[in-house]
Amino acid sequence: MFARRVDLAPNRDGTSRFLPWIIGLMVYLAGLALSATMVLEQVIDRWSTGLKGSITIVVDPSVDGGDAETDARIEAALSVILTTPGVLSATPLAPDEVAHLIEPWLGKDLLSLDLPIPRLIDVTLEPNSAIDLAALTRQLETAVPGTQIDDHKIWLQKVLRLARTSELIAIFVVLLIAVAAGATVMFATRTGLAVQRDVIEILHLIGARDTYIARQFQGKAVSLALWGGLLGLFLAGVTVLGLWLLARDLEGSLLPAVRWSPPFVAGLAMLPLAGAVIASITARFTVMRYLSRML
Amino acid sequence: MFEFEGANHLVRFENVGMRYGDEPEVLRDITFHLEPGSYHFLTGPSGAGKSSLLRLMYLAHQPSHGSVSIFNHDVATTPREELPNLRRRIGVVFQNFQLLDHLSTLDNVALPLRIAGARRETIQEHVAELLTWVGLGEHLDAHPRTLSDGEKQRVAIARAVINRPSLLLADEPTGSVDQEQGSRILRLFEELNKIGTTVVLATHDRSIIERYQHPVLRIEKGTLSVRWDVTKGKK
Repeated sequence: MFARRVDLAPNRDGTSRFLPWIIGLMVYLAGLALSATMVLEQVIDRWSTGLKGSITIVVDPSVDGGDAETDARIEAALSVILTTPGVLSATPLAPDEVAHLIEPWLGKDLLSLDLPIPRLIDVTLEPNSAIDLAALTRQLETAVPGTQIDDHKIWLQKVLRLARTSELIAIFVVLLIAVAAGATVMFATRTGLAVQRDVIEILHLIGARDTYIARQFQGKAVSLALWGGLLGLFLAGVTVLGLWLLARDLEGSLLPAVRWSPPFVAGLAMLPLAGAVIASITARFTVMRYLSRML
Repeated sequence: MFEFEGANHLVRFENVGMRYGDEPEVLRDITFHLEPGSYHFLTGPSGAGKSSLLRLMYLAHQPSHGSVSIFNHDVATTPREELPNLRRRIGVVFQNFQLLDHLSTLDNVALPLRIAGARRETIQEHVAELLTWVGLGEHLDAHPRTLSDGEKQRVAIARAVINRPSLLLADEPTGSVDQEQGSRILRLFEELNKIGTTVVLATHDRSIIERYQHPVLRIEKGTLSVRWDVTKGKK
């Protein structure tokens, strides 16, 4: 017999029709920003972990002596490296491995072009070792002229700074989206209050408290935000999945493989809920503020 | 100044004035007291200020000056969050019904109980019973826009009395109903008054005033100019 528990007139204001779409768009954008944050987080983590505690020795190839001469230079370098205190291991990379590393920039079939590709020795340091890189550089320069040491620090710092900045920007974008969602709900609620003024007055005169009326607006805002949020989440999920599949199919190793981490998936799934919470708080605040000006 | 006997006043107006926005005052120097359990007619020509006086009584408007006290609470000094408690003790039959068109008849009448937090079963039982009593038992699920003015009037009256108000304010409650329904509504008001409800009924209809012999508050040009206390047989 009692058809409804909501006293407000349904669909009297156009903003309630648009609110789910706007919230949906914001959740979609927030989902993409959050995904970008996750990818950057994983990239930073992998680069940091992979490069910390290691150095790379770059040995110039012998132009005249051929592969045998180059191999001899590598052996000479290895003998210096392995006798250096603090070095755990040293592994020379085969030419095809080096070619694979620079494949994203120079393309495939690099070896058939007969280019003088430098050879690399991947050196793993003992944990917390205080290796004297300057001394090692001098020793290598003496034993194998034209050898360089790359401890990745400068490059890594630059890349990490860029990645961290990008991550902060992505988080800032998510926060901006949250603020924009709140502002949207506020304007929609204000319109709703203006349109439903006669209903509100009647409820007031019958004895409704501000909280009773605010709950009605909150309920409506939460319902619309949830619908929009779920739509936005679905679209963001499809987009991220598509990008992930595309990235996975990429040949080469420019980007490390990205995992779907449970905290990220949980964060993504919480976006519609976060939208609903923002809508609820904003609607309540807006209504209570509006009603406080009435008798 | 019109003073009714008794110190315990349910409604007390002292030199009250009222205006809408920056307009001139529509009510001036209104002073009267209503005792609990009293029944008054409020009459006067159209535009005299009857509805404005009622608006002050059902706490829809603040006086521009003077003091309004309802249930021994001065409206000007009562905290805003206390006003809903006072309003819940006042039943109002608005002249233009003020029903919510998107709610069913049942939901409209149930509104005061629901707002007051009554149990669902209680609401359902009381509302259906009252609507049946006012002859709308067949229209429980109907929406106001499908009802005649007379039916809307009865829904508005049912909503006003559903929570047994201490003060019942009715603005032309018989204006849209036939004579038989009008008599029925007035009998309901009489019954409510007998069990302690204070009633103020605004009407143009002199026949009603003469038939029921209750004190009259007459308002003219914004001033409470005549008190005709029928029970004491004097003007």
